[in-house]
Amino acid sequence: MNRMADRIAEKVRQIKGSGIREFFDIAQRMEGAISLGVGEPDFVTPWSIREACIFSLEKGYTSYTSNWGLLELREALSDAIYKESGVYYEPEGEILITTGVSEAFDLAIRAIVNPGDEVVLHEPSYVSYTSCTIFAGGTPVCVDTRVEDEFRLRADRLEEKITDRTKAIILSYPNNPTGATLSRKDLEEIADVANEHDLLVISDEIYGRLTYEGTHTYFTSLNGMQERTILLNGFSKAYAMTGWRLGYAAGNKELIEAMMKIHQYVMLCAPITAQKAALEALRCDEEVEKMVSEYNRRRKLIVKGLRDIGLSCFEPKGAFYTFPSIQITGLTSDEFARRLLKEEKVVVIPGSVFGPCGEGFVRCAYAVSHHKIKEALERIGRFVERNR
Amino acid sequence: MNEKDRGKELEIVKILEENARISDSEIAQMVELDEKEVKGIIAELEHRGIIRGYKAVVNHDKAGIEIVQAIIDLKVSPERNMGYDAIAERIARFPEVKSVRLVSGEYDLSVLVSGKTMHDVAYFVAEKIAPLEHVRNTVTHFLLKTYKENGEIYGEEEKGKRLAVTL
Repeated sequence: MNRMADRIAEKVRQIKGSGIREFFDIAQRMEGAISLGVGEPDFVTPWSIREACIFSLEKGYTSYTSNWGLLELREALSDAIYKESGVYYEPEGEILITTGVSEAFDLAIRAIVNPGDEVVLHEPSYVSYTSCTIFAGGTPVCVDTRVEDEFRLRADRLEEKITDRTKAIILSYPNNPTGATLSRKDLEEIADVANEHDLLVISDEIYGRLTYEGTHTYFTSLNGMQERTILLNGFSKAYAMTGWRLGYAAGNKELIEAMMKIHQYVMLCAPITAQKAALEALRCDEEVEKMVSEYNRRRKLIVKGLRDIGLSCFEPKGAFYTFPSIQITGLTSDEFARRLLKEEKVVVIPGSVFGPCGEGFVRCAYAVSHHKIKEALERIGRFVERNR
Repeated sequence: MNEKDRGKELEIVKILEENARISDSEIAQMVELDEKEVKGIIAELEHRGIIRGYKAVVNHDKAGIEIVQAIIDLKVSPERNMGYDAIAERIARFPEVKSVRLVSGEYDLSVLVSGKTMHDVAYFVAEKIAPLEHVRNTVTHFLLKTYKENGEIYGEEEKGKRLAVTL
């Protein structure tokens, strides 16, 4: 019999496992470690949302829902999107409830990519875009974003990567891991590129509510973009609902219908319990505002602290990440993260995990208490002092 | 005051309402002012009577401090030209009284009274509050157990169960 490894599908073999998994395991087990490595809120889901979920269970809501998701939830989402962006999506046909944005992204990519199609995405970025594109048979094409541009995707660099095989652009702002946001002007320039080359856009705006200066501009609200954009969003970050796995996609009827075809066979529907809770979440604006102001205070604390240590750190205006440069230590970002964990028990994520151009940076999440941020900064300060 | 300064001032109030012991330098970082400006704004807030005090929220049971508290509902006849203010202010002056609020509904004033023993509290109500000229009726509710005070839950702190690392 051949080795099992040889029987694994080629596409899957092509994807490298995370090289730092063992480092994660150490972090998970270490006593007294402070983790700035967590990509999710430290808040527990607001009580009124949890309470609504419990109530739904008491009432016996335990069945499948429509493949599209509860109509009531799609209607509420349609209203919420309209209120925030001025863009209207039909609850019937233009909105699909999914099991997190992760599923929504996978559906979107699979719905539009033919073998050999290219998908342009910016790096550093969240790790699943590249892999999902490969699983779908597409070719990811990366555009580097740079610290001197505050990690904004520049339309001219984007355009350089477009070929006649390009099918879509993936946008992910506010960005994980950099915390970068795009201005309306940046977005308009990207919209021009999409128009000119007649491309689809998948815009993952999961961190949209976590925008600290100015307000988030929905890409789909720009002139002509509603037709060619698949908007992805979900409840994980703004409502502190990561474990509920609930997201949605909104867009052109035919695109959403195509995604729905895949969704109905692989997922059937998102969990009803999470959908019931989400209905309550949409009424929790005040709780969200409170969490956002708290993140904002932490953001200022950590950015100032990192700069005081001597790490150059551009000002992130969204999500809950900072992306300081560690170049003054002369270490690679992987060495930096490993040694910092071993010597000072602080977890940060090497920037290189999010694409080669993340080398020289580390991601520090500030979704932790003030107290922990201060302690972590002290430890990082000692470490940098020894290694500069 | 311009809108920006007003914004900073409100932000500082919110921060202190959450945690009154936070240092001026930390506040300064969070609102992007220097420490001296923060000190100035806080002094001004105190001077204008916007910030009325800084007090710890203490779980007396846990601290082993014996204290008896009661909410007293009062029916009061308002006075000509003064409404409820005169009587409310008069009651508020007793140190045993921890808070006085005008409320809607069947009763008019809700008064929180604190003492060492049940007898102390009952005696205080009978001797000092009930006989007041405009007080028509009182109902005393002794507090048996506190679950949440001033936004702080007294039970076990709820901790998230996050993994140490997620991308």
